[in-house]
Amino acid sequence: MPESVAVQVVVDTNSSTKDGSDGATPRRGVVELQAKGLYYRELNDRLRELAQQGVEEVVLRGVMGQRYLGTNLQRPMKVTVHGIPGNDLGAFMDGPTIEVLGSAQDGCGNTMNSGKIVVHGSAGDILGHSMRGGSIFVRDDVGYRVGIHMKEYGAVRPVIVIGGTAQHFLGEYMSGGVLIVLASRLGLGECHPTRYVGTGMHGGVIYMRGQVDRTYLGKEVGQVSLAAEDEWLLQRHVREYAQYFHANAERLLGASFVKLVPLTKRPYGQLYAY
Amino acid sequence: MERIARMGWSSAENRYGDDRVHDACGLFGFIDTTGQRHSGERIIAAITNMEERGNGLGAGFAAYGIYPDFTEHYAFHVMCRDEKGRVELDGYLRKHFAVVHDEPIPSRQVLGVVDPPVLWRYFLFPQSAQMVGRSEEDYIVHQVMTINSQMEGAFVFSSGKNMGIFKGVGHPEQIAEFYGIQGYYAYLWLGHTRFPTNTPGWWGGAHPFGLLDWSVVHNGEISSYGTNRRYLEMHGYQCTMRTDTEVLAYAADLLMRRHVLSAELAALVFASPLWNELEHMPDEKRRIGRALRQTYGQLLMNGPFAIIVGRGGEMIGLADRIRLRPLVAGVRGDILYVSSELAPMYLVEPDLEYSWMPQGGEVVIGRLGQSPKLTAGPGACHVPAEEEPSYA
Repeated sequence: MPESVAVQVVVDTNSSTKDGSDGATPRRGVVELQAKGLYYRELNDRLRELAQQGVEEVVLRGVMGQRYLGTNLQRPMKVTVHGIPGNDLGAFMDGPTIEVLGSAQDGCGNTMNSGKIVVHGSAGDILGHSMRGGSIFVRDDVGYRVGIHMKEYGAVRPVIVIGGTAQHFLGEYMSGGVLIVLASRLGLGECHPTRYVGTGMHGGVIYMRGQVDRTYLGKEVGQVSLAAEDEWLLQRHVREYAQYFHANAERLLGASFVKLVPLTKRPYGQLYAY
Repeated sequence: MERIARMGWSSAENRYGDDRVHDACGLFGFIDTTGQRHSGERIIAAITNMEERGNGLGAGFAAYGIYPDFTEHYAFHVMCRDEKGRVELDGYLRKHFAVVHDEPIPSRQVLGVVDPPVLWRYFLFPQSAQMVGRSEEDYIVHQVMTINSQMEGAFVFSSGKNMGIFKGVGHPEQIAEFYGIQGYYAYLWLGHTRFPTNTPGWWGGAHPFGLLDWSVVHNGEISSYGTNRRYLEMHGYQCTMRTDTEVLAYAADLLMRRHVLSAELAALVFASPLWNELEHMPDEKRRIGRALRQTYGQLLMNGPFAIIVGRGGEMIGLADRIRLRPLVAGVRGDILYVSSELAPMYLVEPDLEYSWMPQGGEVVIGRLGQSPKLTAGPGACHVPAEEEPSYA
């Protein structure tokens, strides 16, 4: 177990900081926490205490692999993470906004209910695993099985926007929600490298910017043309992405998108019915 | 009889408390391709950072370049049930090898590390009269297999030149302290923290597994263990450690030493591309892929795995073909890192230049004398370097 060090809590009341980087501008009621060497349980306990005290924003510094950050914080507060948060960042999260100034590991947004995660880097495997609501924005690439078993109910519809490309099995067993892959660094005429897209998918929608090799698609998805409401949805989420990462929204929206939807609601309905 | 029972450790008595929190194994490895040696501090810090991945039922390290005074001798690390077992093994080793030096493996009492076996190391070499037509390496393999499958109360868990495996039941920082890992200097380090799934935690079941200078750390499950084991038995290897990872060490020896396949080709055997992917490959690649699949189908490692394999001068990282276990790689200067998670790489190398998540079946290789290449293929998940050091 990592040796824990004393927690240094600094209540910042004079709105100044040595770090002028995006999104982390401290306000009144901002608390800074040095996470270096702190075991994840202690760190999450501190976060919960601060949430209960009504703190608006917590800036975590020196994060290095601590898991489950942002879980069980049932209020709309902001958490800014400097460093590399551990697996299951924002798991079961319900309300807060997490901004990561670095890259996220596996399982980010696992079963998240509401709130937002913005990652200024890449994210690992199973991003948005079983996600139920809220949104996730990742500036760069993501790992395997992103959006696996995402779901939706009524008006509650989770959204994941990826600026780079995804590794294989994107949207595996997806049963709801929206996945948008912008592949902003793919060259002209280059296809998405992602294979087995939407394998076992039976709900939700995937939008992939640029070209997709049809042989890379899972057996359970089909390509359909975009309607006005798709354009509206893409406008809204891509513009939000561009705003977080200072990207060129016009360039991103200027290209064509491939829309993928499941062919059936029950792809394996016959599987055990001998 | 099972090796675990021969050691007097019944799995039924649940000696180390198997019923602990479930998670996954953690791997870490690095090679300094200039050959410069580094103390164990870095590997300890990295593997301890992934505390959550293990549960205290096994941890270990492999270190290359640690015995500069005995570079031409095989270093046998042995575990013995008791002094009687060691004396018996001692007699056997002196009968079949020329032993130039032997000593207890230095260790100290550590709170939480219970019931360690008697640990000893021998520096030895086979004399030509003893080998009766076998190559030196084949003779070593034959003797290790004979000892491990037949001898009561003692077995060999490390048998390479100028390298050594150190492992046991405990958390990584406990095992590191137990063996004084910090005091060893190596150009290639592997580390492992274990969460046993299908077999009990015991001293011999901790990772790395080794044979000659091969060592393997593994996260996942080799579902094809039975098939792999039978195939290896046909080639003279005997699986006695009661855990799936063992087959990887022997398969590495068979393919890359005896059959002289490169690490790149061995990766195509362990994590063969799916048939439908093979069909779409360029001619030459398809021909090679098919031939390997047809010849070595029984060494295909099925099921979820991420592994790091070490040998003298080479480190190989590989995940199964649909990457059901995580693996990330990173480079700083002449050092290549491979890990289960991103954070420990940045912990020990805050100025990592570049890192990526290789695709399933995409091998990552570091070799002595070759500056580490950025082998990230077009489908790799590229991880940008940290703009702001995370310690800030």
